[in-house]
Amino acid sequence: MIELKNLQKSFGDLSILKGVDAVFETGKVNMIIGASGSGKTVTIKCMVGLIEPSAGDVLYDGRSVLELGLRDKKKLRQEIGMLFQSAALFDSMTVEENVAFPLRMFTKQPESEVLDRVNFCLKRVGLENRNKLMPSEISGGMQKRVGIARAISMDIKYLFCDEPNSGLDPKTALKIDHLIEEITDEFNITTVVNTHDMNSVFEVGDKVVFLYNGKKLWEGTPDDILNTEVEELKDLIFASRFIRRAYGV
Amino acid sequence: MGVFYHFGKYLILLRNSIRRPERTKMYVKRLFREMNEVGVKSLGIVALIAVFLGMVTTLQTAYQLIVAWIPVTVIGEIVTETSILELSPTITCLVLAGRVGSAMASELGTMRVKEQIDALEVMGVNPASYLVFPKILATVIVIPMLVVIAMALMISSGAFIGNNSGIVPINDFLQGAQSIFKEKVFIFSLQKAYTYAFVISSISCYQGYYTQGGATGVGKASTRAVVWSCVIILFADYILAQLLL
Repeated sequence: MIELKNLQKSFGDLSILKGVDAVFETGKVNMIIGASGSGKTVTIKCMVGLIEPSAGDVLYDGRSVLELGLRDKKKLRQEIGMLFQSAALFDSMTVEENVAFPLRMFTKQPESEVLDRVNFCLKRVGLENRNKLMPSEISGGMQKRVGIARAISMDIKYLFCDEPNSGLDPKTALKIDHLIEEITDEFNITTVVNTHDMNSVFEVGDKVVFLYNGKKLWEGTPDDILNTEVEELKDLIFASRFIRRAYGV
Repeated sequence: MGVFYHFGKYLILLRNSIRRPERTKMYVKRLFREMNEVGVKSLGIVALIAVFLGMVTTLQTAYQLIVAWIPVTVIGEIVTETSILELSPTITCLVLAGRVGSAMASELGTMRVKEQIDALEVMGVNPASYLVFPKILATVIVIPMLVVIAMALMISSGAFIGNNSGIVPINDFLQGAQSIFKEKVFIFSLQKAYTYAFVISSISCYQGYYTQGGATGVGKASTRAVVWSCVIILFADYILAQLLL
């Protein structure tokens, strides 16, 4: 479980997060939604430690990141996997080397075990026998799947996905969504997905947190979301003509 | 204010880059890769420039000095001294600032804009020590070797063209070269090479590591890396000459 307590972040005079409280439960796909500029990416970056919050705290199963020493922070980071918007695969490495990277860096496993784990992870994301390809030789959807394989190569407890569907066609996006959902169930991890794709929310979301101008305006389940009275959330959900027509709004 | 801000940030990057590595084996592998990138792949351009500079220096020295009462061995002396003292370290490193510096800055810049540096950080890897330190170390190891190769090529090509064009027989050229050679000058030249190697790699890594703003940002970082490396090399050339000669 991950808890956000009064999370705040400012860049100079510009306040991006204005005190966000939220709880993300284990074994569930937790979605952070909001329009561009609402503070979703800053929230997720504060959670994984890429940005230092101006105030507030993030608790990983009760462990406050503010109170963790350098060694414990490093240990915590090895429990975190992240899928970036651009997949962030290392260009100079093959698919296999990308997935093996955390294992080779942090574990003392023999090479045969590393390769077994890599093959398991690649098979899990449906990319067996692509080991020797370079990231530039595979499609955007495959790159995202390799990103997931790299994230789960270590025994992670927390998975963060920043806009996992960006740049993908609806069918591939759906595959990635389902893969994230399956991995969350299978490994019983806490998953936090940052998205503005409402299809993903309805398809795989267990819990939704809506951010607007750096504040949490709403939280609930995808089933509740259509009955919301929050105007800003309605604007986001029913932004597309297709959804308005589908739901008769 | 801007200069102090960047200098402080540069020092912080250097400090972070010398932190203890997570897995030495991975860093050693990266070091060899960088030595190949910086050294082996630069050998062609360094050799080309050294050969032509050696030939041109010989021809131009001869053009200015051939008079009856000056012994032709002086051409060998001048070409050797100029090659060791100035042309090999400075010109080679200015060229390498363009080739190696821009490559380093654009590689790190692309990694930054494609979130690969963030990915390393999230995994718990220190990106500065994993990415920057092997580049600096590789450059500091390899560039002085390239400079020595450049010296040898400049002197030999000078001797070759002097002999072939009938300006100075090869024995006279080599006699001049041997008579002028001083260990102190050679060591000074190596000191220059080490300094320039550090300047090129650290400045280029700094520019690349803190790239902002997509493809345009990578281009700007690459340009800044080359320009600043060249400016600091020329500045250091003057300071080192003042201090050490």
